[in-house]
Amino acid sequence: MSLAADTPGFLSPTGVEITFVLVGLVTFGAALVTVTTRQLVHAALWLVVALGGLAVEYLLLTAEFIAWVQVLIYVGSVVVLLLFGLMLTRAPIGRSPDADSGNRWAALAVAVASAGTLIWVVVDAFRTTWIDLDGPAAGSTKATGQSLFQNWVLPFEGLSVLLLAALVGAIVLSRKAKETDPAAGPDPAAPHSGEQGEKETR
Amino acid sequence: MHLAYPAVLSALLFCTGLYGVLARRNAILVLMSVELMLNAVNLNLVAFDVWLSRAAEETLHSGQALTLFTITIAAAEIGIGLAIVLAVHRNRGTADIDRLRDTAESHDLDSPDSDALAATPSEKAEATA
Repeated sequence: MSLAADTPGFLSPTGVEITFVLVGLVTFGAALVTVTTRQLVHAALWLVVALGGLAVEYLLLTAEFIAWVQVLIYVGSVVVLLLFGLMLTRAPIGRSPDADSGNRWAALAVAVASAGTLIWVVVDAFRTTWIDLDGPAAGSTKATGQSLFQNWVLPFEGLSVLLLAALVGAIVLSRKAKETDPAAGPDPAAPHSGEQGEKETR
Repeated sequence: MHLAYPAVLSALLFCTGLYGVLARRNAILVLMSVELMLNAVNLNLVAFDVWLSRAAEETLHSGQALTLFTITIAAAEIGIGLAIVLAVHRNRGTADIDRLRDTAESHDLDSPDSDALAATPSEKAEATA
């Protein structure tokens, strides 16, 4: 509470805060377009804008290693995977009027209600909390690497096993069943691949 | 920087992703919305880690380590999820999650192609009722 007296107010924002709010507006707008557009490929491309804006926000929070990991993994690989998935499942790319389901207004009500609740709680709780961004960066590659390989080695190694399991699972799931010819229809293939999916997600 | 700015942005992004998960019909668009929700959580983790590493002199950097783990798990999740979506699309010819209701209990109205799998539970429900 003694810190609350000398924190700057909201009416005199610093340059970092102004930049953060502007990039945040771009990010939020891109996220809104991502969940509302009817062009599926445009949704994936606006997702690139949202994720790139989040990388800029990480840079503004002096977490530079996380920012570059975000650019590499999300913008580099996840969105490319999503685009591949879109083009493999939706052969005619274009405007699809059935992108939103019928419960759109219920979803909007739930989202607005939860946003109002969350923002009210968060603003009420952290109104006077101030992040000190001066000094050495809290998320430089040196600091992140030291903490990761001194304190988080065992989860890190466990994560590599999880990645291997995910890789094998994706290969098994997307492999074509050998004994069924493609003209036979979904009946012989459906229980087989479902059983494999259960095995891999366990 | 006030902690309220990243926290509010994170809440807004999370609720945007929540709307997308609830309102979208294509499974890949639902996966995109899940990515938005995960990124909102990541922003919260990074902001609180930067705050606590100064305010509480916390040297564990647990927020950033958890952010890296979340990013990796999200990459694995998107790979598995797309494999599942492609398998469903290959078997059913559609990726719309509104039509994947084989385990629904009694929907005689909205499934015009109701097969034996969908008819059996409704008969059972009538027998027990």
